[in-house]
Amino acid sequence: MAYPTTFRYTKDHEWVEIEGKRARIGITDHAQAELGDVVFVELPSVGAVVKKGGQLGTVESVKAVSDVFAPVGGKVVEVNKELETSPETVNQSPHADGWLAVIEMSDPADANDLMDAAAYQALIG
Amino acid sequence: MKTLFDYASRECADGLFPECDVPSAAPSSVLGAEFVRSRAPRIPNLSEGDVARHYTALSKLNYGVDDGIYPLGSCTMKYNPKLNEDAARISGFASLHPRVDVSLAQGALGLLYELGKILKSVSGLPSVSLQPVAGAHGELLGMFLFKRYFEARGESGRKRILLPDSAHGTNPASAAIAGFSVTEIRSNERGTVDLDALRKELDSTVAGIMLTVPNTLGIFEENILEVTRLVHEAGGLCYFDGANLNSFIGRARPGDMGADVFHFNLHKTLSTPHGGGGPGAGAVAVSAPLVDFLPVPRVVKAGDEYRLDWDCPRSIGSIHGFYGNFLVAVRAYAYVLQLGEEGLRAVSENAVLNANYLMERLKTTYRLPYDRLCKHEFVLSGEGLPNHVSTLDVAKRLIDYGVHPPTVYFPLIVHEALMIEPTETEGREALDRFAEILETIAREAAEHPELLHDAPRNAPVRRLDQTQAARNPVLTYPFRAEG
Amino acid sequence: MRYLPNADGDRRQMLEALGLRDVEELFSDIPAAVLAKYESTGLAAKSELEVRDALERAAAANEGSSRVSLLGGGIYDHYTPSLVGHVLARSEFYTAYTPYQPEISQGTLTAMFEFQTLVCELLGMELANASMYDGATALAEAVLMADRIRKRGRVAVAANVLPQYRRVLDTYAWAAGIEIVDVPFDATGRCDWAKIPEDVSGLVVQTPNAFGGLESLAGVKAKLGDALLVVATYPIALGLVEPPGSFGADIVVAEGQCLGLPMGFGGPLLGLFATKSDYLRQLPGRVAGRTVDADGKTGYTMAAQTREQHIRRERATSNICTNSALCALAATVYLASVGADGLRRVAQLNLAKAHYLADGVRRIRGAKLVFDAPFFNEFVVRLAEPAGNARARLAEAGFVVDDPAELEALGVGNALRFAVTERRSRSELDRALAVLGGKR
Repeated sequence: MAYPTTFRYTKDHEWVEIEGKRARIGITDHAQAELGDVVFVELPSVGAVVKKGGQLGTVESVKAVSDVFAPVGGKVVEVNKELETSPETVNQSPHADGWLAVIEMSDPADANDLMDAAAYQALIG
Repeated sequence: MKTLFDYASRECADGLFPECDVPSAAPSSVLGAEFVRSRAPRIPNLSEGDVARHYTALSKLNYGVDDGIYPLGSCTMKYNPKLNEDAARISGFASLHPRVDVSLAQGALGLLYELGKILKSVSGLPSVSLQPVAGAHGELLGMFLFKRYFEARGESGRKRILLPDSAHGTNPASAAIAGFSVTEIRSNERGTVDLDALRKELDSTVAGIMLTVPNTLGIFEENILEVTRLVHEAGGLCYFDGANLNSFIGRARPGDMGADVFHFNLHKTLSTPHGGGGPGAGAVAVSAPLVDFLPVPRVVKAGDEYRLDWDCPRSIGSIHGFYGNFLVAVRAYAYVLQLGEEGLRAVSENAVLNANYLMERLKTTYRLPYDRLCKHEFVLSGEGLPNHVSTLDVAKRLIDYGVHPPTVYFPLIVHEALMIEPTETEGREALDRFAEILETIAREAAEHPELLHDAPRNAPVRRLDQTQAARNPVLTYPFRAEG
Repeated sequence: MRYLPNADGDRRQMLEALGLRDVEELFSDIPAAVLAKYESTGLAAKSELEVRDALERAAAANEGSSRVSLLGGGIYDHYTPSLVGHVLARSEFYTAYTPYQPEISQGTLTAMFEFQTLVCELLGMELANASMYDGATALAEAVLMADRIRKRGRVAVAANVLPQYRRVLDTYAWAAGIEIVDVPFDATGRCDWAKIPEDVSGLVVQTPNAFGGLESLAGVKAKLGDALLVVATYPIALGLVEPPGSFGADIVVAEGQCLGLPMGFGGPLLGLFATKSDYLRQLPGRVAGRTVDADGKTGYTMAAQTREQHIRRERATSNICTNSALCALAATVYLASVGADGLRRVAQLNLAKAHYLADGVRRIRGAKLVFDAPFFNEFVVRLAEPAGNARARLAEAGFVVDDPAELEALGVGNALRFAVTERRSRSELDRALAVLGGKR
């Protein structure tokens, strides 16, 4: 699967799509493949304030739990409620319909140290 | 497979209980209408034969130690002597209410006391509690004792527990319940605690370390004395998980290695059965500084009489409703009396010999990440098997050969781990047969990988859809809607 | 040693295969200083026959096991159908491990699934785990769970909870940093709902309570705001009594010993633990689920394992691993044996016999029931004479009765608690009444 060049990536395998102050966040195709069938996604509550690097939620397969860290800090303004009933969307469409949450960034500079698609692809080999 | 709820009720369920020989009490009048159950639980009324056949049929879908080798690493699935079972069913033990006066329970208290004495001797530690009813419960008690100890010393700032990265999951979970945070210490290339990594973490925030001895790779910490010395010097305490005691019982004692808390798994080391997941018993032995904090009540002996001592003001309190799993203690006591000192020594000799023999034979067929003397168990890796065959496939193929698979995917530090503990109650020919099966499976992986990918085929069910079970959990019987 | 099949010859050959000469070389990785300090246990090996005799003698010294029991307080002398013991003695069940390999553990897993369903049916709940150690630890885990959900660091507990539950709860709560706030009982011995504190994660009540009284749970949930209602109960009573689930309880726990387990001097016991489906992810302990295999055939497996210690480690919902699986099987076979009708019948026998004894006590001059609350099979009495004297005379007559000290510690002095099960005959009860009434 292609890694969109418009996204930024973390070493913990999250992606971020930034539009103004809004940062849409998900886990990468690589992350979902490593995890296997996703059976549950724990999302933050809307309104929660998270720090960059803080825990945003968890994604679970049958035999593993993976933390999702916030690539940028700010307030959670939207979460993907669809995942509560169809967690498999994270496997099927990790970079689009399987998004997890949208954060309204408190500091746009948070995104500066994130990787671009080429750097991320180099990381995962 | 039918469940109990798939049977139609019959009209034949009476005869178990006598007719009422006192005036009957109408629930609505003696209790009041508010308290009377409005809807009966949906439990079918069946004949005894229906029930006997149902559970006999279920039992045949299981595999127990009496069916054959059960090489689950770290679980010590050894043979469970039948005398144990008979002993626990003696009416004088089984029909004893825990609230009878101690004068009417001298046999039971005496047994607990004597077993405690034996466990103290085996561990080389001065005091023991039989209250924990499982290994993890013993760990929890250990963490409670750590907590109380540091509270009493005014060192409540000691909030961290160090754990090797090979630790069993119950260790961090137990530490967390007692309010500790967990710091992992990496293992070195020899599979033991990295002393430099340990030194770096030791400071005044450390409450102690939890070690499994030997560890979950089946390797004895050669530096155990150095590890415990360093932790003690830093003001911390040492917890030893005793799941693997059968590898050194009768030869070495945790108390001589620097343990402050040592938990026994009576359902592993002392042959009491696992029961499909319990009940177990997790007796805990402690070093002198922790004795005062042990749970109440304690079984003590005054003259010729056994008593329960509740007057222990520094105790952490109780962790079980009564005195732990007494009937499990009866089984363990029966076993240890039969073995005697010589038998205890023979246990560790055979456990370790069996494991090394099997490891030596299998290491040419499967990858052995830590190729060195092991204790009662060893860990192979399914990595590198051809045709995308995984450890899970090997495990499932073993089922087709009528053998229980080893522990798989644990410890976490070995990829595709196959953790094998033959136990001391297997003989050489059983080990040879098990090795032959694993060798055959390795050949099949190369020549007929589909046999592994599709395994098991000769089992009551084939591989189960765990994903569906997790996404759409069905955890109770789906009764058809009423009305 | 007949449990260790290797003969000397086998061991020699095995050592040779390893290139070793001496068994002691297998232990060369244990520091010599440790090996040198070893001291023998001094135990002489005994034959099976000798050990059996020794244990028979020890058991015979437990005179309490053959007395007529009026003891209760959470553990009861109930009758177990013969079939239960026979099923439990099948080694396919009792010598098996935790069902981590579902394909050859369908027996245990199916029974777990049945057990969970039975627990839900009995307690009136939606979701149950595969067991906890005992009722007391189940209650402690319930409190930890309630505080995980509401996070207030404070839980209210009725002061009439059985002391063995309270002791365990106090220990766990201390360790977890949860404050316990007492809720007093009223003149009927029941929890005083007007005194529930605010700002707690949950309220713990037990019904029947330590005095045998049934707590009136109707409307309690509404008084709690969003605090969780945690109820400990007695399964046999629920053959007749409306279960806590009907009153909106969030977590219900119980001691399952009454369901086909021997009293066994207090262990092994069986903790029942049930809650609402919404709280699945906070549930402690194992749970079995139904699924299908590769051919679409129905089968069972452990489910929702990501909550558990072997996956979530320090963030697991509990550290529990080994539980009381075989005891849960006993309860399952017990309930299958008695059926819904038999459960109602046994509950009715308990109710009738306990009320027969209570009515008899009421007729003794100067004797009365201490609390005026409906009860199932257990109640507290005060006599014209000191409780200790009456208890001593009952003991002489072959009865065992609870030590009044425990009730005294709860603030109910000079009183005796009697529990009456289906095993007590009218003639035994008449004899107890005669002793209490001063007749020989």
